[in-house]
Amino acid sequence: MSRIERRRLMALALLTVLPVPGRAAGPRVIPVVAKKFAFVPDQIHVSVGEEVVLELSAPEVLMGFSAPELGLRQDIVPGRVTRLPFTPQKAGQFVFSCDVFCGSGHEGMDGVIVVVAAAA
Amino acid sequence: MASSSNRREFLRLAGLGGVVFASGCTGMAGRSAADDFYFVQLSDTHWGFEGAPNPDARGTLPKAVAAVNALADAPDFIVFTGDLTHTTDDPVQRRQRLREFRDIVGALKVRSLHFMPGEHDAALDGGEAYREFFGPTHYAFDHRGMHFIVLDNVSDPGASVGDAQRAWLADDLERQARETPIVVFTHRPLFDLAPAWDWATRDGAQVIALLMPYPNVTVFYGHIHQEHHVMTGHIAHHSAKSLIFPLPAPGSQPRRTPLAWDPAQPYRGLGFREVERERAAWQITELPVVKA
Repeated sequence: MSRIERRRLMALALLTVLPVPGRAAGPRVIPVVAKKFAFVPDQIHVSVGEEVVLELSAPEVLMGFSAPELGLRQDIVPGRVTRLPFTPQKAGQFVFSCDVFCGSGHEGMDGVIVVVAAAA
Repeated sequence: MASSSNRREFLRLAGLGGVVFASGCTGMAGRSAADDFYFVQLSDTHWGFEGAPNPDARGTLPKAVAAVNALADAPDFIVFTGDLTHTTDDPVQRRQRLREFRDIVGALKVRSLHFMPGEHDAALDGGEAYREFFGPTHYAFDHRGMHFIVLDNVSDPGASVGDAQRAWLADDLERQARETPIVVFTHRPLFDLAPAWDWATRDGAQVIALLMPYPNVTVFYGHIHQEHHVMTGHIAHHSAKSLIFPLPAPGSQPRRTPLAWDPAQPYRGLGFREVERERAAWQITELPVVKA
């Protein structure tokens, strides 16, 4: 590969990683893994008004993601990534838990979504 | 059987009777004593549990059996509203726990025993092991002119009763006279008591909608390890105490962790109840596992 081709390739790679000024950034994607018997991560920090997509996956068995105070609930089927979009409207701490009985550690399988006020 | 009021007087004098909660339609007062009887509800025995919330986990259920057998008059029947065993991921151990539980409660001196699963018994295998020991997970029976319905809202790990069972329920209700007193036994609450703690039934509102046309419906359930009373319209819902550890009041703290065992007051918060039919109403009397 010539020096010029290498430079072109690096420029192309940078373009795919860096945000393009003036273009909407889109929702923030947060991967969440529901494994026996914990969510990873079990704390999710977002801002009021921020567009977020939780990418839910479960490597072992059927799980559920439920945050009733935020109106969120979704089955998480093994072998599939499930996208759960939401935009929090108020600040606070909102508990989420697994609502599909998944085994001996099910009842301790929970976490919290921390919503903070948007920066001025 | 001794008269209802005599038996309650005995409980009072023996220091056993707790708060009596009355529930039901009283507009039919004056009926004959033929429908006066009582049953006992036990719940959430979690056989196989081990841990600090109950240092006498293997002794509590036998003590409860002894306490029921010591009642002055035998109940007409006894119902266990689920979580007979504590969950295990091992199918062999699940069956061992179900077998041990069945053997222990076999010592109850009663004409009729009714069971249903909790999610700890049935959610991991769709109720397969439970059925091997105790039969169907939902069914109905009649007793002294009343209709009793056992609903399964636990074999589905997602806590639904499901289309098929709701169709069965609708058909069963269709065959009842509107004025027939109906009692529903479930494990989970049918209404949204605390969804963040999984204290709800996903299609519970649809079940309640099926029951609403019937004026005399009462629901007894377990799952939440404490006494709790709520009305949805004219339907009363009464949850029972556990026989393993109590849980905090709904939504009172971030997590539904068991309340700590108090060595100064062992077995506090545990117990069972008598449910008595008298003058077309239900009288609930809470009883402890052991005398204070």
